[in-house]
Amino acid sequence: MNKNVLVLGAGVAGLQAALSLKELGYRVTILEKSSSAGGHLKDWDKLYPGNISSSGLIDNLISALDGTDILYNTTVTRSEKSDNGFITEISSGEKIDSGAIVIASGFSLFDARIKEEYGYGIYRRVITNADLEALFRSKEIHKMEMPAKVGFVHCVGSRDEKVCNRHCSKICCMTAVKQACEIKEIWPHADVYCFYMDLRMFGRGYEDLYYEAQSKFGVNFIRGRVSEAGEDKDGKVVVKAEDTLTSRPLKITLDLLVLMSGMVRNTDNKTISDVFGIPTGEDGFFFQPSPLINPTSSDSSGIYFAGSATGPKTVAESINEARAAALAVHKFLSKD
Amino acid sequence: MKPGQLLWPYINFSRKIRTMEEFGFKISKSTRIDLDSACQSLYNQIASKVPDIRTCINCGSCSASCTAATFRRTSFRGAILHINRGFDKKAVEFLKSCMLCGKCFLVCPRGIDTRNIILEIIRSEEG
Repeated sequence: MNKNVLVLGAGVAGLQAALSLKELGYRVTILEKSSSAGGHLKDWDKLYPGNISSSGLIDNLISALDGTDILYNTTVTRSEKSDNGFITEISSGEKIDSGAIVIASGFSLFDARIKEEYGYGIYRRVITNADLEALFRSKEIHKMEMPAKVGFVHCVGSRDEKVCNRHCSKICCMTAVKQACEIKEIWPHADVYCFYMDLRMFGRGYEDLYYEAQSKFGVNFIRGRVSEAGEDKDGKVVVKAEDTLTSRPLKITLDLLVLMSGMVRNTDNKTISDVFGIPTGEDGFFFQPSPLINPTSSDSSGIYFAGSATGPKTVAESINEARAAALAVHKFLSKD
Repeated sequence: MKPGQLLWPYINFSRKIRTMEEFGFKISKSTRIDLDSACQSLYNQIASKVPDIRTCINCGSCSASCTAATFRRTSFRGAILHINRGFDKKAVEFLKSCMLCGKCFLVCPRGIDTRNIILEIIRSEEG
């Protein structure tokens, strides 16, 4: 029995899968395409609900994984089945022998520049959720002058067939509301507006976040998708939307506009799909033959999924799925 | 008769210039909500007394159960929404036929104290 397992991606799902496998007595090798572990979480500040420190979560996982090989700046180039599992060739030319493979390649953040009408990369005062999170994380936000009016645009690159993403990214509603509350905590006198189509506060504690944003922080919610943003002569952002609840067009001048970039398929999914011969769906996320009963299974035996490689997921879901994938690997490798 | 004499009484150059409105045209007022100039003072004033107003999720339960709404345009949801957007007069119109029966309070999923908010709005108009 081959006790080696290869994990693709050192984000939260990959790290948790590796940790659970390590605890089950397997020898894990993690491949990471970037130069550090933690994935998107290493750039995030606080996680909802409960304002958990994002870097703390990653640091705990990494320290628990002490002794596990994490190969940075590494990608897969070829993989073939052997009698004993898989032989996978990596970008350094080295060949890795493993009994099973866990794909935890995660997602890519939607490039907000594609939605040109919002002016990201054009107007100075238009930033993304990731940019704002970086400002929170570096504490740079406290050096900023108070913006009198801040707007959040939900569904940027999500639920938008114009950019080939029909899916909902699932997490942005809560992220927007969380960030809106954080802005109000820093600047209680700033006016904050969230432009949404639907508020999908689906999980436990999420609706409470919304309730708190309304009752405690007085965040304004406007149902309507922002159609365009422009810059006025003072460099402020002029936003146009329809207030669909009063059925009137609406205009507001903002000091800061935050775009909630959604989760899209990892740009490397195509390569991974070709290397391992596992298909992706129309949306570019990996295809799950049995999403309801065995969400971690691929249609190739010995290859499993964890986290948002198979679609937008919260951190908690990714962690759970990583544990499930580790158990599935264990069951698979214990057969012989 | 000198040339031009006949025309003279008909063209009066000293007369006030007629606007297009006299010909049936008019300039429409913008229906756009301009949040830069919208006055939210009434909304904030009510919110300081009845903070519940902020927690409306615009579900429409209040208007759906409203006894008056079957006959006259009445909507608690519409009223507080319009106050939030700075249209205080419009909000009062939404509540003209309200009989303060309190059904909206019973059905509101957020438990908003609708009756007190309605009274605040009516008082604001009287005051």
